[in-house]
Amino acid sequence: MSTATRSLPRTIGAHAILLTYTAIALFPVILVIMNSFKSRAGIFGAPLTPPTPKTFDLIGYTTVIGQGDFIHYFQNSLVVTVASLFFVLLFGAMAAFALSEYRFRGNTLMGLYLALGIMIPIRLGTVAILQLMVASGLVNTLTALILVYTAQGLPLAVFILSEFMKQVSDDLKNAGRIDGLSEYTIFFRLVLPLVRPSMATVAVFTMIPIWNDLWFPLILAPSEETKTVTLGAQLFLGQFVTNWNAILAALSLAIMPVLILYAIFSRQLIRGITSGAVK
Amino acid sequence: MGSLNIENVKKAFGPVEVLKGINLEVTDGEFVVFVGPSGCGKSTLLRVIAGLEDSTSGRVVIDGADVSATPPAKRGIAMVFQTYALYPHLTVKNNMGLGLKQAGTPAAEIERRIGIASSMLSLEPYLERRPAELSGGQRQRVAIGRAVVREPKLFLFDEPLSNLDAALRVNTRLEIAQLHRRLKATMIYVTHDQVEAMTLADKIVVLNAGRIEQIGGPMELYNSPANEFVAGFIGSPKMNFVDGARLGETAKTIGVRPEHLTVDPKSGAWKGTVVHAEHLGADTNLYLDCEKAGLITVRIFGVYDAEPGATLYATPDPAKTYRFGADGKVLK
Repeated sequence: MSTATRSLPRTIGAHAILLTYTAIALFPVILVIMNSFKSRAGIFGAPLTPPTPKTFDLIGYTTVIGQGDFIHYFQNSLVVTVASLFFVLLFGAMAAFALSEYRFRGNTLMGLYLALGIMIPIRLGTVAILQLMVASGLVNTLTALILVYTAQGLPLAVFILSEFMKQVSDDLKNAGRIDGLSEYTIFFRLVLPLVRPSMATVAVFTMIPIWNDLWFPLILAPSEETKTVTLGAQLFLGQFVTNWNAILAALSLAIMPVLILYAIFSRQLIRGITSGAVK
Repeated sequence: MGSLNIENVKKAFGPVEVLKGINLEVTDGEFVVFVGPSGCGKSTLLRVIAGLEDSTSGRVVIDGADVSATPPAKRGIAMVFQTYALYPHLTVKNNMGLGLKQAGTPAAEIERRIGIASSMLSLEPYLERRPAELSGGQRQRVAIGRAVVREPKLFLFDEPLSNLDAALRVNTRLEIAQLHRRLKATMIYVTHDQVEAMTLADKIVVLNAGRIEQIGGPMELYNSPANEFVAGFIGSPKMNFVDGARLGETAKTIGVRPEHLTVDPKSGAWKGTVVHAEHLGADTNLYLDCEKAGLITVRIFGVYDAEPGATLYATPDPAKTYRFGADGKVLK
């Protein structure tokens, strides 16, 4: 940046605003992580101070880990999230390719129909979904969750990806056709790598609500075998006694996988932004 | 090998008719250029020939075989695109070889053909690079190489020079002309630039609004345009059109090329004032606002000093003046 477009007060002002916002956004997360390392007395005595040698306690984590099933809950959450993400991206991209690439009767209508789900919350259909799952014997399976989350994520994925697919050069696809590539090869080898940044965007938007969801695991798969992390953390939330150490520790642990997945995708996001800017 | 017949091809996108019945014959080894303003249907026609677009009606015949229902890869064609359209994830070598590999050509044969094409286009040093590591001109040469390697019956070029800068455009134009001479292959070339059309073509097809206006050799189109549109489109600067009635002529419009006008400061047919002068060194373009003829362009070979505001007389060469009827056609 040249000095002509930079003035000290403006820089300070911008940074002050951004730093304030960052602090506000991070405050709850830091509070949770900080308190997860404190003893019960420490949490209630001085909730806003970081752990001191006196209040430091790993009791929360030992409880969570000691409760053997927790690793299992983690596994469930991970399986559900990754599988749903995979299907959302695969089917979303395929539908988006069809909508943006081929001219057929009812193309626009089909696009609108597929995007409708953005406006109508899937939870409105919970009763029907539950009946469906009971009828098909999928209650208390991870498959049920994966199916529901795939359905939930598809509308936004189709909507965003079809916009990006329209920008992929027609010449490139036609060159592939003249060279004898099949439509599937054109889709997987030529088009998908070029829309990778937008796939990352969709992945992030899809992944976080799935990981954090409590509603569908509680209704469709509350069994011990299929519990997800968010549902598992409820274990420590009693009607009369609540094990705050364990809840905070469980929540802190639950943040980690999302952070890791986000870090993977966000690198794609940034690369996408810069490569688009200088081309 | 390499003839093409287009029989009454029509193409409509919904209610919009883009091609309104095209008939064209291309013989083996010809270099044919489709030229016309944007939106005239020239690219659509090329895509119909390639099979990337189905025609609404009519037949496309390559080498005597009706290919109207044949997929692009089986038509024996190769195409070079305006935006190069190289596969970003493959090296230059693999870009050139992919089509052959898909067709099941033996690896040794692919190697051999890539070797010939890359030496022809001096691409040998770049064979292991990816498209992102090449300049625009190199990329377009790779795209041309990818077409050469396939040894097609028909080369199709879709505005291949439009994305290159002026100097590269001239070089690549020369390279394409040499390529045509060496391969003696049939080539079909789409452009909106009449200079490319004039310099490359054996035969120019002038298209306008989905119809063929005229087919002919470059000089034929220049010397005897069939109608007002072709007369205005071929030649640069553009032909001057003057309302016949203002000159007391029977023809609707009188056309005269800027280079077929002479100027004199003292006397002549059309008196006018200099509006603007463009000095190009080799020639000078004068814009004159004439009392009788309106705003006209005069092209003078060599240097000619004329200040804006000066009075000049322009005189058309009567042997090289065109007369157009009310329907735009030339009157003999």
